[in-house]
Amino acid sequence: MTPARDYSLIGPERDRAIAIGLASAEWYHTDVPRKVMKGLMRRNDGPATRDTILWLGLLLLTGIGGIATWGTWWAVPFFLVYGVLYGSACDSRWHECGHGTAFKTQSKNDWVYALASFMVLRNPVAWRWSHARHHTDTIIVGRDPEITVMRPPDIARKALAFVGIPDAFVHFGVLVRQAISGPNAEEADYIPESEVPKVMFWARLFVGLHLVALLLALLTWSILPLMLIGGPRIYGTWHMVLVGLLQHGGLAEDVLDHRLNSRTVYMNPVSRWLYWNMNYHVEHHMFPMVPYHALPALHELIKDDLPPANPSIPHAYAEMIAAVLRQRTEPGYFARRALPPGAKPYVEAFHTETSLPEAS
Amino acid sequence: MSEWVDVCAIGEIEEEDVIRFDHVGRTFAVYRDEDGTPFCTDGLCTHEQVHLADGLVLDDEIECPKHNGRFNYKTGAALRTPACVALTTYPARIAEGRIQVQV
Ligand code: FES
Repeated sequence: MTPARDYSLIGPERDRAIAIGLASAEWYHTDVPRKVMKGLMRRNDGPATRDTILWLGLLLLTGIGGIATWGTWWAVPFFLVYGVLYGSACDSRWHECGHGTAFKTQSKNDWVYALASFMVLRNPVAWRWSHARHHTDTIIVGRDPEITVMRPPDIARKALAFVGIPDAFVHFGVLVRQAISGPNAEEADYIPESEVPKVMFWARLFVGLHLVALLLALLTWSILPLMLIGGPRIYGTWHMVLVGLLQHGGLAEDVLDHRLNSRTVYMNPVSRWLYWNMNYHVEHHMFPMVPYHALPALHELIKDDLPPANPSIPHAYAEMIAAVLRQRTEPGYFARRALPPGAKPYVEAFHTETSLPEAS
Repeated sequence: MSEWVDVCAIGEIEEEDVIRFDHVGRTFAVYRDEDGTPFCTDGLCTHEQVHLADGLVLDDEIECPKHNGRFNYKTGAALRTPACVALTTYPARIAEGRIQVQV
């Protein structure tokens, strides 16, 4: 039996990460001249406004179509599209608006962030702090609350995540717990005390709105209200999981170089639109101030300093699955890609297998 | 009252931009707004001690490069989480074509 690492934020791995300088550390950045970076960071309401009108418009159309054809097979294609727009595209909207980079106008970021948080079943306050920690200590065991593929991997659970099981219920359970008692000890590790009332307010609001949908379903004795609210986080979440697992799955833990723990994957235009270009994940982690619509340009600029991007989703899955299968028995293993000639060498500290705790 | 300290020639900071300025073991961020007026704050974000000079100036605000927290660099006020604690600000002026700060 392979011993599992302790991924809790209040256990010995946290103390170890702090003791050896992995927490709040300096990370590698590719050199980009300030003038060029300023151009890439520039904010603009245009792309996100266009994309949000399209997103909400399609949600409305497919939602109305689904209601109008409910009870017939015609409802199936409507809900297939509605489900992905709701249960998958919510993640990237949550993410970009949480960073505050999607729109230039902050109130637009805040509105879309609140809506997307509701859809993805994440507390908007708690997860803002969680994601800040994810950027400070990306895939540092004992510090990062957003490590999705732990070692040794639970492959069955990852497969079930494509249909929201048990993830949607776990996320809803977290909201219920936060609504009743606020952050737990792990969450308190990254959420300041002053934010607790806001955490509880949003948890209560989100739980309450979902209970209204449930009540409507019971009163009408139909699952239609739950097909429209909450349910898409189960039946439409597959695309979010499909692309999300690739962000860091099978790559290094406990390193200070995003080229080793994050993955850039070339994807089809529909996936990129649903995912708001987060397939350029190394670039996003290195420069989180660059808005999603400028990530392709950033990629072109720095790609010679990064490992080659995976050319497709299937290619990236082949790499990740091979690594994850090996991690079942060799938890220190990770997929390490060669850098192109001329790239700055990897930051070598902390990324050998021997840096992992002794198996006992 | 502390002395006025020379930072750089006025043209070395673009309008709506920021540079890092280190002085006797301390680090500051020196800005020019869209009218060219200079401002000065502590150089490190109050959230996690990241240099704000790598961030983005948007109107009266500086966005931190690490977690996109925001401050008003004219008043120091923290505007967007995870930045919660205000920055200390310092007087800044232009004298004979050079930017000076009183730190
Ligand atoms: S370090 Fe500045 S917002 Fe986190």
